[in-house]
Amino acid sequence: MTPQSSMVDRAGAGLLGAFEFVGSVSAFGARAVVEAARPPYEPREIIRHVYQFGYRSTPLIVAAGFAVGVVLSMHTRASLERFGAEAMIPAGLAIALIRETGPLIAALLVAGRVGAGIGAEIGAMKVTEQIDALEAGAVDAFKYLAVTRVIALMIAMPLLTIMMDFAGILGGYVAEAAVSGMSWQQYFERSFTYITYADIFPATLKTVVFGFLIAAVSSYLGFTTTRGTEGVGEASTRSVVVSSMLIILSDVVLVKLIFFFYPQVA
Amino acid sequence: MNAVRFDHVSKTFGTQTILDDLSFEVPAGSAFCLLGRSGTGKSVALRHIVGLVHPDSGHVFVEDRDVTALAGRDLAAARRHMGFLFQNAALFDSMSVGDNVAFPMRRHTDWSDADIRDRAMRKLADVGLEREFDKMPADLSGGMKKRAGLARALALDPSILLVDEPSAGLDPITAGEIDALLVKTKQAGTTLVVVTHNIPSARVIGDTFGVLHGGRLLAAGPIETLDASEEPMVQAFMRSHGGG
Repeated sequence: MTPQSSMVDRAGAGLLGAFEFVGSVSAFGARAVVEAARPPYEPREIIRHVYQFGYRSTPLIVAAGFAVGVVLSMHTRASLERFGAEAMIPAGLAIALIRETGPLIAALLVAGRVGAGIGAEIGAMKVTEQIDALEAGAVDAFKYLAVTRVIALMIAMPLLTIMMDFAGILGGYVAEAAVSGMSWQQYFERSFTYITYADIFPATLKTVVFGFLIAAVSSYLGFTTTRGTEGVGEASTRSVVVSSMLIILSDVVLVKLIFFFYPQVA
Repeated sequence: MNAVRFDHVSKTFGTQTILDDLSFEVPAGSAFCLLGRSGTGKSVALRHIVGLVHPDSGHVFVEDRDVTALAGRDLAAARRHMGFLFQNAALFDSMSVGDNVAFPMRRHTDWSDADIRDRAMRKLADVGLEREFDKMPADLSGGMKKRAGLARALALDPSILLVDEPSAGLDPITAGEIDALLVKTKQAGTTLVVVTHNIPSARVIGDTFGVLHGGRLLAAGPIETLDASEEPMVQAFMRSHGGG
């Protein structure tokens, strides 16, 4: 076998592996959607996960949002000052945050915090036979572990995004007030001068898709964990990497869809 | 009536044959010990009973229902009649010991929270762990985990208890305590199917025995039959005193 053909073989095998992975994750996600509509609905578990994923992510999201707001404000000021458009700083920052920066950064942070946790937790349950123990105990492990997490993260993601947006606007205000002494009331009014529902709703609701992707991918990787603790670590890492990549890729499609259905924001 | 019946069950993983035309029966209310060296497919056979593994061919009957033909709610209904004690107990590590035992009751009964707590406490008391109710599994020793796993497996008073290597990794005294609990469970009318490579332990628990090797039963029957077997592997196995 020549080195070239060996390389082609490896690339082909890699590509096939990638297709197989995407197919398996898609089938897993589709099953989660179908199972979500069937009883039992596991409301206790869903509420518990919303608390775990949502409420317990709040400090991270608020702190990150505030910092992003400060940084965006400084950059926006540096750019708009050149054109004498400092008055547009609050509106520019709010549009950037609400339409794209807030949802995307919130999703990437949640992929890091929650995605890694889901991958590791379900992976550890797999290698210690806890998933088998659930099944042997007449509990649908897929529904109990995966579907509840998918639904919970689809609920938590938009809420966390709204927190991120407001923390960012607050951070922007603090940065702006330190430079120009602008009042909160004035900053808030200017922030929402050009913001419409078409800016807020589609951008916030697209994070439902991000939540689905993070939970479905991480649960899948947890359920398919092998090789003991090493496999658990790998599931955790891959959950973050694959979720983050899918969030960014799906964002391209979702933004295009938003522009199609809401041409006024394009 | 047979509680469990294997009917010509074969199972292959990849190119490796794990079970090869395996057939045996376990009468209701008795204890059957499936013996064999590590890696001979004993645990795989046990998992067939609860439907965690499906055979490539053959059938597994549990209380005259073919579990290999069941799925979804029907399989879940069949599983409710069985308890499973895993080799490493497989306690849910995000729940306290008490919640582990209460979990099957919360899932499958409409008992009140107070009633469930009371029953879980009694199940733990039966295995001598009532004081560990609020502890987390990580805080328990290996033997205590196994006892807690047994309490969880017995939470719904199953008619069949499946036990995977009850004495593995335990000191002889703790292993003896687990054996005594299993004998007590059998005396209460529960059918036991125990997978083990510990012969002294099996002699205490079992009524009938089977020796599995290469996916096939080399010998089966009461202990006298196995002791009298001329099969070299069975002889070597039955004369061994080790295990655990």
